[in-house]
Amino acid sequence: MQWINCQPDPRQRIYFANHTSHLDFVVLWAVLPKEVRPLVRPVAAKDYWNSGLRQRLAVKVFNAVLVERQTAHGVDGSASRLDAARHSLDALLEALGHTYSLIVFPEGTRGTGEVIGPFKSGIYHLWRQRPDVQFVPVYLSNLNRVLPKGEILPVPIISRVVFGPPLELTAGETKESFLMKAHKAVEGLSGL
Amino acid sequence: MRFNIDPQMLWIFYGLLGLLALSSLIGFILSLVIKSESGKATVRNLNARIRAWWKMSGVFALTLLIGPKGSILLFALISFLALREYVSLIRTSPADHRTLFWTFFVFTPLQYWLLYTHWYGLFAVLIPVYAFLFIPLRLVLTGDTAGFLDRAARIHWGLMICVYCISYAPALMILNIPGYRQDAKLLLFLAIVAQLSDVFQYVWGKMLGRRKIAPLISPNKTWEGFLGGIACATALGTSLWWMTPFSPRQAFLMSLLITLLGFAGGLTMSAIKRDRQVKDFGAMIEGHGGILDRMDSICFSAPIFFHLTRYFFER
Repeated sequence: MQWINCQPDPRQRIYFANHTSHLDFVVLWAVLPKEVRPLVRPVAAKDYWNSGLRQRLAVKVFNAVLVERQTAHGVDGSASRLDAARHSLDALLEALGHTYSLIVFPEGTRGTGEVIGPFKSGIYHLWRQRPDVQFVPVYLSNLNRVLPKGEILPVPIISRVVFGPPLELTAGETKESFLMKAHKAVEGLSGL
Repeated sequence: MRFNIDPQMLWIFYGLLGLLALSSLIGFILSLVIKSESGKATVRNLNARIRAWWKMSGVFALTLLIGPKGSILLFALISFLALREYVSLIRTSPADHRTLFWTFFVFTPLQYWLLYTHWYGLFAVLIPVYAFLFIPLRLVLTGDTAGFLDRAARIHWGLMICVYCISYAPALMILNIPGYRQDAKLLLFLAIVAQLSDVFQYVWGKMLGRRKIAPLISPNKTWEGFLGGIACATALGTSLWWMTPFSPRQAFLMSLLITLLGFAGGLTMSAIKRDRQVKDFGAMIEGHGGILDRMDSICFSAPIFFHLTRYFFER
């Protein structure tokens, strides 16, 4: 674990990271200092974490926020998709409140670990609503090798969590420039 | 627990304790004397290494006192952690996942379990034969043939070095040598000669090192360090002949062999690190790097030392 130009802090933050494994939010959450952990809520996909034991684990232990994914392939018309997205955003804003921080994975789905996929726009809308919150990039390396997509048994490979400096943003940031900055920030940490 | 310590082992422990205390004292004096910036960094690293030596020797001595069970468990853990460092460093494909699971959680414990039950026949062939055939077979079953031979070879090589070769060190305890009270003295002999050879090479290299021996592979290794280290460690090993079944002459030859193989191990493992462009295998041991950085000399010397002793001295 490494903190680069950034220190653990109980202030309100959005930690955003690359996504390669189910372990991602568990590990990111676990490496935070004990005092900060109760204030940080991971955002997880409802479709995976909604059944029995998984849900209890996610909600009880991690105080996770379960949301619908933003599906890329809109089969059911764009109007209802927009609706669902707005619904998720509201859920996040509500979860954030005035005390909590969130862990989000803007890729929306787990990648292969080789390249960081394009970021979905949800994180931009989150910033538009709450520009007072710090946006902290995090790079998770090797977790896809510990527990890749579709596997149940983990292999004990050494992995790393790197926290970067919070994004520096100006008020007039467009969606494209925001998402590019955010993407670059995570990517930049991968080489360290 | 019953403490029935061989008096010779006790002497060795006292000797090591004195050596550690002496090196801590030297480290402390150096930290007061040396003033230059680069010198200070070297002394800091030296003192970190000495602190780590205290801890490593403590753990090793404690497991030796527990008896063979303790040592087997310790080396099983070392193998597991070494394999972890190795696999983390090499390239693997997602399709290798289940094969890797087998190497960590089946082959590694099984190898040490065979040692624990003294099943030497299977111990000697489990990884070179059974794992050797199992790994490619398991990979084939995934249906992913991209870089197939490379992947199979990398995984098997790691299992050979980190598990098979290292397991020969505790295997010294199951040798049955007539007229010789074994305990863990041969293991201790190997550990002392191999590790002190590394230490002497480091010290000679830092003091007089000029001519690099293999600049492309390991920039810190010098001819001065190599010759001084090998000579000192061999002399020390020879002087420990009384704790082994060897005559002084035989102890000399064995020590020389252990130190040369240890050097070969260090050089070979460095090549992997250079290829992957890292300095150390890990950061687990302060000042030293990873477990594998500390075990590289044992990887090469343990199996050969074991087989020579077994061939010439076992009943």
